[in-house]
Formats: sequence, structure tokens, C-alpha cells
Amino acid sequence: MKRYAQTLLRFWSTSVSAEMEYRANFVLTAIQSTLALGGALFVLWSLFRTGYQMGGWDWPSAMLVVAAYTVMEGFASTFLTPNREQVGEMVREGTLDFVLLKPIDTQFWLSARKVRVWGVPNLVLGWLLAGFAWTRLGGGDAAVEPSVWGAVGFVAALGLGLVILYAMGYLLSTLTIWFVKMNNITIAMQSLLEAGRYPVSAYPAAYRVFFTFVLPVAFMTTTPAELVTGRAGAEVLAVAAGAAGVLLLGSRWFWRRALRSYTSASS
Amino acid sequence: MTAYTLRTVRTMLTTWYAYMTTYRAEIFLWAIATSLPLIMMGVWVEAGDSGKFTGFTAVDAARYFIAVFAVRQLTIVWVIYEFEYHVVSGKLSPLLLHPIDPAVRYVTELLGEQMSRLPFGALLIGLCFFIQPRALWGDADDPGLWTPAWWRVGLAIVACYAAFLLRFLLQYTTALLAFWLERVSALDSLTMIPYTFLSGLVIPLQVMPDATREIVLLTPFPYMVWLPATLLAGGEVDLVRGFGTLAVWIALLWVVNRWLWRRGLRHYSAMGA
Repeated sequence: MKRYAQTLLRFWSTSVSAEMEYRANFVLTAIQSTLALGGALFVLWSLFRTGYQMGGWDWPSAMLVVAAYTVMEGFASTFLTPNREQVGEMVREGTLDFVLLKPIDTQFWLSARKVRVWGVPNLVLGWLLAGFAWTRLGGGDAAVEPSVWGAVGFVAALGLGLVILYAMGYLLSTLTIWFVKMNNITIAMQSLLEAGRYPVSAYPAAYRVFFTFVLPVAFMTTTPAELVTGRAGAEVLAVAAGAAGVLLLGSRWFWRRALRSYTSASS
Repeated sequence: MTAYTLRTVRTMLTTWYAYMTTYRAEIFLWAIATSLPLIMMGVWVEAGDSGKFTGFTAVDAARYFIAVFAVRQLTIVWVIYEFEYHVVSGKLSPLLLHPIDPAVRYVTELLGEQMSRLPFGALLIGLCFFIQPRALWGDADDPGLWTPAWWRVGLAIVACYAAFLLRFLLQYTTALLAFWLERVSALDSLTMIPYTFLSGLVIPLQVMPDATREIVLLTPFPYMVWLPATLLAGGEVDLVRGFGTLAVWIALLWVVNRWLWRRGLRHYSAMGA
């Protein structure tokens, strides 16, 4: 365990120092994240402007969903995407062999090798927005009383959502072992994840089924906010935990299964 | 345009089409990656159903976003990534030796990819009608078939290709800065933000407050999605003003583009040559 922690520290410090070569890029992405968040709030405002209660949600609770989405986006672009991008290339070029030979768990290496600081602005902005929405919850016509348990639930559910996101991404990129040109499947998944910007009850029934059971984005953004507003209780958290556990073990099993049919490109 | 140029363009188009169809499974994934309008359709159909948006019913929303999806299928542009790569790697040099402007190559490449994506796009539009059949027949609140007038369809096609040209010009002009800067694709992600929120891709201009809409209509973005989509879906459009602003933006960007191209070529040091 200690060895893994040390390795992780090395992985991250080397990739951060490599990133620091492009400092201007960091500033640019910080501006971009801020503008994108402004845009997302503009959409939300356009929906609420005329008194429409989107799926029965009030404005501060819906902002919590946007906050959870922003954190998720930041997490994905910091930790998940940079690692996922390299898997396809490694399979194509046969460099995956070198990783397999290393005296460390391959899934760990492939999931943690890189970290990209560009996603950090989104992480910060997401938590800031969550805090702001939190202060708005009690006031006005909103009937929600913020509680400590709500906050704990929000953080726990968001964490589980990120685990689900990781596991699904890993499952999909495992497919590259068989179908080399599969990189775009994660791009396609990401664009469908955009649906997580709005509470799942704001969608028609067919969409709700899809975004809960097929691509469980509802667990990633709606559930955390629902735990704050009290629409969901501990049982939903338990379901999310179950889904996260199953998907995590599933990704592990599927990866091992895939490796058995791996026929290196270089040898 | 001489017969020779026409033949060249035709050859380039068919070549790119053949090239793009090599990885058909990948194209399908690309088509899914453009599904943002379909997600927004869900949100706005529910919003339209609430009746809180005067003059914008659920049927309007369904038709509008299906039209947006169709327009998007014909206006996807990614020239900046390719151009940046060509400049930074020096691959632009051999293209400059061709007796034809590289812009022709880039445009035909995009059109070729569009053609290869068409069947998948049509499939997804079919799926939309399946999940929102009222886009076709209307519903109790807003009865009537979706039958746009022939002139609206004609104008929508013109507007759609004008939108493609405008989008191409905006991105290609930004891309030309690659002669001076290293990572221009980062600049493109900046222009993608106003494109996403002001073009009508996620918020129909019909439901914006009047003052906001007036400002947005001055920017080039609504003419990349909203104008052709509204022509197709039905809804009020000030034709003279719409096409006028569109033409002004195209002309403006064209001039800037050609000027930057000439300046840039003089500056180009052909890395790797």
C-alpha cells in the first residue's frame, strides 16, 4: 500500500511538472471554465425566468446539480481523460507490453499515471457554486432547510458518482483491446454526460430511464442534490454505493478478461 | 469557375468521401457525439409542456431541436485542429506546392466527412421522431402536421450552407493565427463557448428576453444554428435582417481571412523543411 502511495506521488509530481511548461494554457482553461459555468447558469436562468419549476426543482437546488456536474467535469478532465487517452495509443503501438511487465498493478498504472492541472479550475468553481447554492437554500420561497446530513450526503453521493464515472470509462476503454479504434466511444459517452447538467426529473420519461439505468448520470449529479433537498434518503445512497461497487469490480474483471485475449501489436 | 476547377473539386470530394468511409463504426460514434440538441430537446419539451413559455409549445421545442440536430450534422467544422497540426509539423509546406489553395482541401474534407455521416444522422433523426412523435403530428395543445412551406425549406438549405461557410470562416480565421501562436486549438475552445450558448444550440432565441435577443442577433453565432433551424421548424424570422447580418459577417471574415493568410504565409518558416 505504501509503495502504491509513493508511486502515485511520483506519477503526479512528474506529470504536473511536465504540464507546467504550458502555463498560458492553464490561464486560458481557467477563463474557459469560468465562461462555460456562466453559460450553464444562463441556460438555467432562461428556464427558470418565466416561473417554470424545472421538474419540480427550485433555483438553488437546480444550481446544486450544476455544481455537481462542474465538479464531475473537473474530476474527469483532471484524472480520467488524460489516462484514458493513452490506452488506445498503447494498444495500437504495442507499448502496453511495457506496462504489463512493470511490477505494479496494470489497472492502477493505466488509471493513475497522468494528472492534468487544467481541470482544477472546474473543481474549484464547482465547489464554490455548491457553497453559494447552499447559502441560498433556506431563503425565499424555497422550502428546503439545509442540514449537515444533507451536506454529508452531497459529498458522499458525489464521490460515489465519480467512482461510477471512472468505472464506466474504464470499462469502455477496455474495449480498445479488441477494437483498436475505440477512442471515440469515450468522447461519445462524454457528450451524453452533458445531460447531467439538469436534474433527471426535468426530462421526459424515456430520457429518465436511459440516464438512470443505461448511462447512470442521474447518480452522479441529481442524487447528490436530492440528498440535500431531502427528496432522496439513505436508501438511494445505498443503491448508488451498490452500483459503484458492482461497476468497479466489473471493470476489474472485464480488464482481466480482456487481457487474456490481448495479442501485442509489437511482437 | 472553370471546368478544370470543378473537376478538381469533384475529385477531392469523392476522394475524401471514400477516405472517411474507411472507419464507419467511428463515424457512428461521431454522430452520437453531436447529440447535445437531442438532450436539450428533452429539457425544452418538458419546459414547453408546462405552458410557462408563451408562444413556445412542446411541439415547437421538439421540431426546433430536431431541426437543430439536422443543421448541426451539416455544419460540423474541425479545420483548426488539422491546420494547427499542419503548421506546427510543417506538413503545410507540400500543400502549398499544390496548384490550388489549401482551403479547398479543408472544405472538401469537411464536406466529405459530412456525406459519410449522413446515414447515421438520418437514423438518429428517425429515433427522435420515434421518441417525440408529436413533432410530426402535433398534439392537443398545438395540432397540425409539420409541413414547412417549400420556400422555407429552400431558404433553410441556403442558410444551412451559409452557416457552414460562416462557421468554417470563423474557425479557419482563428486557425490562421497558428502562424504566430503555438496552440491555437485552445483559442477555438474559447470561441466554442459563445457558440454553444448564443447560437440557439441549447437555448432557442425565441425564449430569450427581448433585449438579450437583440444583442445576440448582432453576433455571428445565431446564424450558425438558429437561423436555418428556425426556418425549417417554423417560427418568426426577420429574413432581410437575418440574411443581411449573415452576409455581412461572411464578407467581413472572408476579408480578414485572406489578409491573415497572406501575412501568415510571409511569416511561415516551414518547420521541418
